[in-house]
Amino acid sequence: MESLWLSIKLAACVAAILLAVGMPVAYWLAFSTWRWKFLLESVVALPLVLPPTVLGFYALLAMGPRGPLGKLWIALFGHGLAFTFGGLILASVLYSFPFAVQPLVASFEGVDRRLLDASAVLGAGRARTFLKVILPLSLPGVVTAAVLSFAHTLGEFGVVLMVGGNLAGVTRTVSIDIYDRVQSLEYSAANRMALVLLVISFAVLSVVYALNRRVWTPWTAK
Amino acid sequence: MDGEVNIPMLTARIRKERRGEPEHSFLLNVSIEVPPGITILFGASGAGKSTLLDCIAGLVRPDDGQIALGHDVLFDSARGINLPARKRRIAYVFQTLALFPHLSAEENIAYGLSVLPEEEIRERVTAILKLFRVEELRKQKPGQISGGEKQRIALARSLVTEPRVLLLDEPLTGLDAELKSSIVDDLRAWNAAKRIPILYVTHSRDEVDALAERVIALDDGRVVSAGVPMDVLNAPRRKKLAQAAGFENLLNATVLDLRETDGVMRVRLQESACEIEVPLGYATAGSRVQVAVRAGDILLATEPPHGLSARNVLEGRIVSLEQLGTMVIARVDCGITFVVHITPGALRALELTAGRRVWLVLKTHSCHLVD
Repeated sequence: MESLWLSIKLAACVAAILLAVGMPVAYWLAFSTWRWKFLLESVVALPLVLPPTVLGFYALLAMGPRGPLGKLWIALFGHGLAFTFGGLILASVLYSFPFAVQPLVASFEGVDRRLLDASAVLGAGRARTFLKVILPLSLPGVVTAAVLSFAHTLGEFGVVLMVGGNLAGVTRTVSIDIYDRVQSLEYSAANRMALVLLVISFAVLSVVYALNRRVWTPWTAK
Repeated sequence: MDGEVNIPMLTARIRKERRGEPEHSFLLNVSIEVPPGITILFGASGAGKSTLLDCIAGLVRPDDGQIALGHDVLFDSARGINLPARKRRIAYVFQTLALFPHLSAEENIAYGLSVLPEEEIRERVTAILKLFRVEELRKQKPGQISGGEKQRIALARSLVTEPRVLLLDEPLTGLDAELKSSIVDDLRAWNAAKRIPILYVTHSRDEVDALAERVIALDDGRVVSAGVPMDVLNAPRRKKLAQAAGFENLLNATVLDLRETDGVMRVRLQESACEIEVPLGYATAGSRVQVAVRAGDILLATEPPHGLSARNVLEGRIVSLEQLGTMVIARVDCGITFVVHITPGALRALELTAGRRVWLVLKTHSCHLVD
């Protein structure tokens, strides 16, 4: 079960990083009136359509000892980025980017613009408006973003294989482990892990759908 | 108080073009002055009232112009000045109220006070909750509060910041008359105490009558009239404004002759034999004019009236009677159909029924010429 634990650790790190990075990007996408905005929207959505192997391949090239990212990493930390947990996080962040950003954009855009006007008229700057009005009203979107990026990272295979390889305890995530077990005909072990993954994924998606159907919202009375 | 000498007047000269599909593009081009006190901004929907308020508040940037509060310039396109909304200290109560749904009444009201020490915030919030008689709602969220109470909270949220200007965009629409008048009273009291420039948008004649010290009439992005309410509203010079100001009867007519010594002219109403006397206007015999008459300004008689000063008596038949609350709308066919408002009491006393023969009496000065 070492691989499952590794996967959860990876997914949690990626979800946390994606929330932090995704929020400013989503804010910009939701409120910018720049005419070329659609270009950035397309870039953000790319991982949805690219095969994971393509993304993983370029990530590997960039992280390799001769890639720009790899060189930088070696200069900073003295070791390479490819086939490490750090490299895995970076590639996963790229791969799950749209799963965090798109729900955030949708929920930011869903906030009534007059509330933002009201906030401005009452003397609040952008930061205060974001923290006090946009963010609390986008809570379901934030949870959706966190949960989806967690779940998506948990289940990824191709990118991990390309960038991380298969090092026990370092880059062998649960999906790789399952593949390994099946290859070596250890069906019952594979089945155990697959089942756990299935249950976790179901639970996580239920949370997302429940939130989006507004089964509960934190501020309106029943 | 030092009187009104020290309170700056709001002046705005604004040009703002809204491009869109041809029928939706629109040009706001106005120059207004709002002295301390309540000025009503009046006009049909689409006249540009909300855009004008948005420009003053700093939410929409005008293409061109200047907005100032006394000597304090808030916006000047020529000098490149554009103070952001949050620094203008202009309060704005939106048509939708825009209360924050996730915050309690108290937190909504305290929202604009964040720079003050906590002690003072609490004092001010408590004081204004008391002033607007909504103390018991302090912990409630907007979703749990009724319409009239929401309006009060929204007013309180705006006024607690002690703004330099107050903008109100139809803040009382959808309220019943009683609730409306109690909020109007609150607003009047506050106005009497603070005397800042208040710009109040409404379609409602009642609100104009109850609140207005001055009226600015807007039509199609332009100021068509400004001054004291009587002058602006009782002499509508534009058709849309006439409709908005509650002139139910808008009649096409042809001028027959001018009687300058009497100060009147005779006109014949569209495609009928009806001739009436209206006040003298800029017209010549044979020219076409429009005459606006308020339904409440027409008298209805069941016998030919005698000995009246009113010069216009038209014979006709009641087409329909329709009761709307405390008002009865009668349609009377005199060759053309007039809308007449009467009370349910009059309806009973005169035993009016559809098909009955009646006489309409119109005072000359209740007939207004429209350009």
